[in-house]
Amino acid sequence: MHELSIAMSIVDMAQEEAERRNVHIEAVHLELGALSGVVKEALLFSFEIACDGTPLQGSRLVVKDVPIEVYCPACNMPKTLASMQWFCCPDCGTPASEVIHGKELVITALELKQ
Amino acid sequence: MSPEPRLLEVRKNVLKQNDVIARALRDRFRAQGTYVISLVSSPGAGKTTFLEKTLTVLRPHYRVAALVGDLATENDALRLARSGAPVRQITTGTLCHLEAAMVENSLKDWKLGQLDLLFIENVGNLVCPASYDLGEDLRLVLLSVTEGEDKPLKYPTIFNGADAAVITKIDLAAAVEFDELTANANIQAVRPGMLVFKVSAKTNEGMDGFLQFLAQTHTRSSQNTPV
Repeated sequence: MHELSIAMSIVDMAQEEAERRNVHIEAVHLELGALSGVVKEALLFSFEIACDGTPLQGSRLVVKDVPIEVYCPACNMPKTLASMQWFCCPDCGTPASEVIHGKELVITALELKQ
Repeated sequence: MSPEPRLLEVRKNVLKQNDVIARALRDRFRAQGTYVISLVSSPGAGKTTFLEKTLTVLRPHYRVAALVGDLATENDALRLARSGAPVRQITTGTLCHLEAAMVENSLKDWKLGQLDLLFIENVGNLVCPASYDLGEDLRLVLLSVTEGEDKPLKYPTIFNGADAAVITKIDLAAAVEFDELTANANIQAVRPGMLVFKVSAKTNEGMDGFLQFLAQTHTRSSQNTPV
């Protein structure tokens, strides 16, 4: 369970950004790849704890799931995997190990208090 | 009508701090000509025994050392030290994985220029270590025959993020009815093209093939090292 330390990093980074720009945060938007090694439910739960006693207390974490996209050498184009247990092109079945998307763990936006 | 939420676009990699340290480590290892291999597996898969054997065999030919992560004890470091190689324990406390900063701090006074190969044994865990780059050149994922053939399907992220797989304890394969074909198919399903080695650190079966591979990759990497 390393989601708590990741949640704390998210809070620290968001707070730093908010202070720098002198704004107040309503929500933190995050891209979370299926291959990031981070469990969404555990992260959401941890985020609430990590916000406690900080200026972000009561803010939300909005997670956008990023599916795994691989490059299919046969189709010569990016394809979205049908399953994490099968790194093959969903259309032609060619094994595809080159990951283009799916490892993201990125803060993409801060939603500001009105 | 509620107004549209005001969005401030930022793009910040949450693990940036770890990645920056890992990159700096990788540059440092490369500049000093040290080839770095990390090991991940579930607890009890045989990382320490496999590594002790590896260090013992390599030591007459290479300058080797090891860092070993563990939650609470120094038992693994004591075992690895029997190989005669310099070994350092990283006691992580409650942390379930190693991070690049811990590796950096543990190197302390070690002169990397005097090391050919550095091994990093991660905490036994198939989940959390997957998120953290340690600056290694090669990541090995170990799977023991006693764990079941479907481990790669249960933990696709850590298998996908490794460079080669090592099936350990093959001296027990028959006793536990280990199905090698299925295990290999499962590894290939989550990481097509992954090299798979089958070894027994106890009987030495398969160790030669693995050590040969290690010597080859090390040679290839040192030829690319800027002088």
